[in-house]
Formats: sequence, C-alpha cells, structure tokens
Amino acid sequence: MPHDTTIEIQLNGKARTLDRAHTVTSLLEALELHPGMVVVELNREILQRDSYNATDVTHGDTIELVHFVGGG
Amino acid sequence: METRSSSSTLWAGDDMTDTDTMIDDARALDAPLHIGGVEFVSRLIVGTGKYETNEIMVDAIRASGAEMVTVAVRRVDLDRTKEEAILHHLDPDEFFLLANTAGCYNAEDAIRYARLARAAGFNEFVKLEVIGDERTLLPDVHATLEAAKTLAGEGFKVMAYTNDDLITALRLEDAGCVAVMPLASPIGSGLGVVNPYFIREIKSRLEVPVIVDAGVGTASDACITMEQGVDGVLMNTALAAADDPIRMSHAMKHAIIAGRLAYLAGRMPSREIAVPSSPTEGMLD
Repeated sequence: MPHDTTIEIQLNGKARTLDRAHTVTSLLEALELHPGMVVVELNREILQRDSYNATDVTHGDTIELVHFVGGG
Repeated sequence: METRSSSSTLWAGDDMTDTDTMIDDARALDAPLHIGGVEFVSRLIVGTGKYETNEIMVDAIRASGAEMVTVAVRRVDLDRTKEEAILHHLDPDEFFLLANTAGCYNAEDAIRYARLARAAGFNEFVKLEVIGDERTLLPDVHATLEAAKTLAGEGFKVMAYTNDDLITALRLEDAGCVAVMPLASPIGSGLGVVNPYFIREIKSRLEVPVIVDAGVGTASDACITMEQGVDGVLMNTALAAADDPIRMSHAMKHAIIAGRLAYLAGRMPSREIAVPSSPTEGMLD
C-alpha cells in the first residue's frame, strides 16, 4: 500500500493509523462495534446512523465513539 | 399520552409475588406519575452505576420495581467493549432509559453529552447534571440553568438535578424542564433528607414533578423523603453499595410506596403528651 494513503485519525482520544480507506460503517465493523450500540461524533458533529455508509473517514479526523454505561 | 410497554415485568401477571401485590396496592391507592408525557407506576428511579456485577444490577433493578433507569454516556473502551456496554445487559424495551450528563462541569459539555445521548435513539429525555465542585459534587446551578434553557429549546425533556434551592427550582421550571430534581443531600453521601422544609417548599411551588435525586441512604430515608409529598426519588448508591443490593432494592420499593401512601393518607397531628387509645370509661372499681 502506498504511503500517501495512510490515514491518521484521533479515535477516542488516541492517535490511530488506518491501513486502508474506511467509511464510518467499515471502521465500526473493523472495531467489531454494532452501529446500533454506539453514537459517532465526527469532528464534534454527531453523525446520524443513516449517514455512516456515505461518510468517509479522512486524514486528520477526530472521532469519538460513545455508548451507555452504568451511571446514576 | 404515551404509556409504558405492557411487556414490562412490572405488569407481568403470571409470576405474581408479594411485592407485586404491593405494587397493585400502589396502583389502586395512588395515581400514576407523569413525567414529560410518559406515565410511570413506580415512583422510584434507579441508577445503574457501581454494581459489583451486571447480573446483580439487573436483578436489583427488577427487585426495585423501577421503570425508569439512568445511564451515563462514555467513550467506548476499544479494548473491552462487551463488558461495559450497558445495553448488553439492560433491555431498553423493559426499562425506560434516562441518560445523564454526569461528570460534566460546564454547560457546554452537558449539552454535548445530552445530544450524544439523544442520538442513541431511545428518547429525548435527559437527566441534566452539571457539577460545580468535586468534593461535594454540588450542582453548578447557573450552568445547569443555562444548559436547561438550551436543551429545552432543542426539544429535550430535561430532568434537572439541582440544589434544594427554591429559586433555582422555579427558574428551572420556567426554563422548560419536565421535572426538577433537588438533592436530599450530596451524591453518594447516604445522609438522607437534610432539609425537608426546603424540599416541601419546592414541591408546593412547582407544577412539574419534583423528584428528589441523591443522598438517600436506606429505606427510612426514602420513606421520609416521599412523606414530604414529592413525586418520586432517584437513587443509585443506596442500592449498589448495600451489602445485599437485591434485598435493599425490595426494601426501597416498599419504602417508596409506604412513604407515598402515608403522605396521601395524611398523618395524625403529633403532640408531646400522651392520649389514651382505649376508653377511659368503663374501668372496674
């Protein structure tokens, strides 16, 4: 894979290098996350689930994946 | 008017127990609680944090009879997702999920967390919580009010955690909150209601439901809180940190119903001298 396709992103506060192009859908698949179980925030904007397929992850993106955990 | 799913265990007819009978008493003797257009039979709202295991959590919540349960919004831990995702353990068809903004120290963060929670797609309710101080976890009421205005304007049904301060409670109601939730005492303290007068005053002055949130330690605290006439109680640590959370959840269910019915029944006047219960006439010579 040519070097210039490397995509570096900030994912949940950590730097990550993706070895291939991803949509949000394929990124969630790669992370083994069910799309219905998480909410995706891309560069501080919440993504609607029906846009995951059409949204490419691009170099420099900041992505937050959040879900519900136990709390009061 | 939206009503809770008939599949809720609260309504199950096949496996009636003594405590289900107690719930029936509450249904017969009390009106349901309406919050933001949703009807609840139970006046107990419970958290899902700090349980030793997810199995104990689910069993405890079922034992409490609560229909509305709070959850927090956090980053997915990409190393161990299956363990911590609460929806692997809690069925959203069984419980009404109330996402909170716990951990937020300013209005901007609380608004961000609320929007993320709504995007999860369950409902538009949020337990708004903006903390102002780490040691006491007391709310920043100015930031809470600011966030409440924004969120209510965006169509959220805001249930706002606040101090036992009447003026703030009135402002939160004016801001469009569907419930105002003054504390009994600091979060996780288990001190019970430290200012019943203020709680009663808030309840008497607001139109929207008043839910006492935080500070209840044991069943008597819950009962005394409900005897002030409030619409409900929200608790987490009192259940999760009990030696036996499931048994404590049963106790809390009874305490909430007992306190509510005692309030509705109207207590006898208290006095400082005795009054005999048996006739003073007809005694033998």
